[in-house]
Amino acid sequence: MKQTPFHPRTSELCELYNWSLWSNWLLVDMYAPDHTHEYFAVRTACAVFDISMIPKYHIHGPDALGLLNRIVTQDVSRCAVGRVLYTPWCDDEGKIIDDGLLAHLDEGSFRLTTGDPMLYWLEDNAVRLDVSIDDVTESLAGLALQGPFSRDLLKQLSGEEIEKLAYFDITKTKIAGIPVEVSRTGYTGDLGYEIWVQPQHAVQLWDMLFEAGEAYRLIPFGDFALEMTRIEAGLLLTDVDFNSSMKVVHEFQKSSPLELGLGWAVKLDKEFFVGQEALKQEKARGPAWATVGLEVDLNSLEAIFAEFDMPLYLPPEAWSEAVPIYSHGEQIGKATSGTWSPILKKSIAIARLKPQYAKPGTVVDMEVTIDAQRKQAKATVVKLPFYDPPRKKSMGSH
Amino acid sequence: MENKTSERELSGAKELRNKYDVIVIGAGHNGLVTAGYLAKAGHRVLVLEKREMVGGAAVTEEFFPGYKYSSLASGASALSPAVITDLNLHQHGLEILPTDPLIFSPQPDGSHLTIWHDVTRTADEIAKYSQADAAAYPQFIKVLRSYSQIMAVLNNIPPPDLPDVRWGDMISLLKFVKPVRNLGWEYVAQVIRVLPMPISDLLNEWFESNVVKGTIAASSVSNISWGPQETGTAFALFYNCSVSSNNLFKFSGRVKGGMGALTKSLANAAKSFGAEIMTNSEVAEIVMESGHAIGIKLTNGDLITAAAVVSAVDMRTTFLKFIDPYFLDQKIVKHIQNIKYRGTMARVHYALDELPSFTAAGADVQQLISGTVQIAPTMSYLQKAYDPVKYGRYSKRPYLDIQIPTLTDSTLAPEGKHCMSVTVKYIPFHLHEGDWDEMRGVIRQLVTDTISEYAPDFESCVQDCKVITPLDIEDVYNLPEGNPVHGDMTLDQILWMRPIPGYAQYRTPVHNLYLCSAATHPGGGVTGINGKNSSREILKGLK
Repeated sequence: MKQTPFHPRTSELCELYNWSLWSNWLLVDMYAPDHTHEYFAVRTACAVFDISMIPKYHIHGPDALGLLNRIVTQDVSRCAVGRVLYTPWCDDEGKIIDDGLLAHLDEGSFRLTTGDPMLYWLEDNAVRLDVSIDDVTESLAGLALQGPFSRDLLKQLSGEEIEKLAYFDITKTKIAGIPVEVSRTGYTGDLGYEIWVQPQHAVQLWDMLFEAGEAYRLIPFGDFALEMTRIEAGLLLTDVDFNSSMKVVHEFQKSSPLELGLGWAVKLDKEFFVGQEALKQEKARGPAWATVGLEVDLNSLEAIFAEFDMPLYLPPEAWSEAVPIYSHGEQIGKATSGTWSPILKKSIAIARLKPQYAKPGTVVDMEVTIDAQRKQAKATVVKLPFYDPPRKKSMGSH
Repeated sequence: MENKTSERELSGAKELRNKYDVIVIGAGHNGLVTAGYLAKAGHRVLVLEKREMVGGAAVTEEFFPGYKYSSLASGASALSPAVITDLNLHQHGLEILPTDPLIFSPQPDGSHLTIWHDVTRTADEIAKYSQADAAAYPQFIKVLRSYSQIMAVLNNIPPPDLPDVRWGDMISLLKFVKPVRNLGWEYVAQVIRVLPMPISDLLNEWFESNVVKGTIAASSVSNISWGPQETGTAFALFYNCSVSSNNLFKFSGRVKGGMGALTKSLANAAKSFGAEIMTNSEVAEIVMESGHAIGIKLTNGDLITAAAVVSAVDMRTTFLKFIDPYFLDQKIVKHIQNIKYRGTMARVHYALDELPSFTAAGADVQQLISGTVQIAPTMSYLQKAYDPVKYGRYSKRPYLDIQIPTLTDSTLAPEGKHCMSVTVKYIPFHLHEGDWDEMRGVIRQLVTDTISEYAPDFESCVQDCKVITPLDIEDVYNLPEGNPVHGDMTLDQILWMRPIPGYAQYRTPVHNLYLCSAATHPGGGVTGINGKNSSREILKGLK
């Protein structure tokens, strides 16, 4: 059980002792009795999430670009120094292994952050390539500072130039004198930044942020709030919205990026990448699944509760156990995660449906169980993301 | 990524386009067999060999003036009779000289066990050590032969590419039905039980004498990197029998002029059918165009194109050197990287002024030592010889296969003199400590001392000595990690898993690139079966 460099602070603040384990790292689920408070901090003020445990690999050397271009589906040669790329990567059969962010730090120097530990896959693909791959997971601590005030807070600590940082840019700078790397990225779909720092400066960075952050009502947020925001943002989660092809046995448990709505991040015209041929063929015949958003019809849900003489109840936490989706009694897919969205006042879910049902506006039936009795509520297909504020990408003040 | 060839780079170098249908990389025996069959079928074939001579691991080299040696491979009885006939090898200079006995196994106590081709005669010999074993031996040979018969059928068909079995595979598997029916399903069940066994366990079931067990067990590990207690070593014994024309567990016979004469006859046969052979021609790269092999580029920059390229070299060189693995599927790269080579063999060649006197041989010495003199007196000796290898150390008391080919072919040495070639096990390619320059001297002394224990005058007979280390086997003979059979014939590297799963049918992930080396089914030994099977698949592809 590993503790991140911020543990001295996060453990102090985690009043509920509500921890879970993530790849054997201690992760805060919620700090205070109501995680909705943390959620609203992300959406209306600013909040920090400890992302130190994310697996991180520094890939550098003459063939670093070559290695990454062999592995990932995005075209890395089109990612300039100072830019970050979202990308999935696949096995030979074009089934997704994982996804992550790839930062182009310097000429021939990249950092890949992944969902699962990925060193073996990087090394296996590096045959005869002149490239070094360093696992820097534990030598780099990270904080995600997310929310509408995150830019103002950062500006105060590191200067005006943070204003110039565009969506998916990364830069080296200082926060209150501490050397850091800041990228304008995140997992909340809001205006936000990810800050990478040497572990020995981690606590100091935290203290500086919170000292200046008091004016912005800065609080830490845990995984429960993060789940709500990432679902609103339509961002997929490994092991929840899809399985890594490395971790499942059966073909039907695997997914392709095309089925997951990630086709925009698959550059089939690249010279070569692992899984390219299979994905070309899949694209030609059409993916078997489409990934969409669902908005649950609260009236129909309320009617189901009424059958049990119960008032409508919407749990405040996100859920991530797949539920069947039907159309005219036939199962047409599944919803893989969902949440009540306080800001949208909607019950939303990410779902994988047969492509003919994926058109926005299509009405489907979603399974709801009350006291282990199966019912079906109406839901409408919508495009992802559910929530996409202009400030996420905009320059200048909000 | 560094050796991608573009047409532009080649300006200046020679280009040969459309002159050949097939290019074979490597003029080892399997490359030459493939070339022979393809040329015989009317195709324009070019064979390219890096060294100045053809033959690969089956070469004759004059290490000292007047003394000629089969550098690596020996054992003529493995060569497929069908290959000999199909390619008229006897007409092209192949002469196989019989040797008998198979094995002369001297013991430290001065006694000896001799294995003759004749089973009854051998049983009489065994009776010196155990009456029960003498009685069991003929039955053991009968069982060995019946199991090997099934394997011989399998050797000659491409294994199905599991799990994607095609109709064609089903038809070739039908060839399997008759021998299986003749032997009965009970036999099949026994074969399945026996093949994965350690040879030590199998022999313990049959025999009681450690001498008898050691003498037989040595044959099962002579072509594998492992020792007799390792799983699957029983398979190797049956494999030897399935490919050897003597129907026994160890190869015998000599090629007149050494093994190089065998590959020369193959080269002559291929040329007689119109194939061209270029020596001193090192391939740098297999040239690809949109996933298809379209030819090769030599180290001098020349480009030669062909409709098909056949690699008669090992998998590692083919896929990680000649081809840029960047453009291969990950699981293919992984499988190729995972092929186990880990050679444990060295060769020592002596020039002898006179024949050493093996104490155990007595007066019959000339005949008794004309086959293989095997220094592996007991099974425990053999296992102890292997044990240090697991830790990267060499055997202090090694297992030796000693041959004196001049006893059957006096042309190999000056008159009255002798050549002696020794296969030494176990000397691991992956040494825990020490370097190969130092090891060369260590191996020489080790082998000389070991032989001297059984022939006390040996050292005084020695005029000169040449040591071929596992590193030499890799460097000079291009066999990765000094493994003579392009990847150990362990249970996970045979049949549909040889050379790698999914590509057992001589084809590769690269269109128009085929394989024919010992890395393919059925495996090692100078059988020529790999080349024969491969040429059949290539001919289908060329249609």
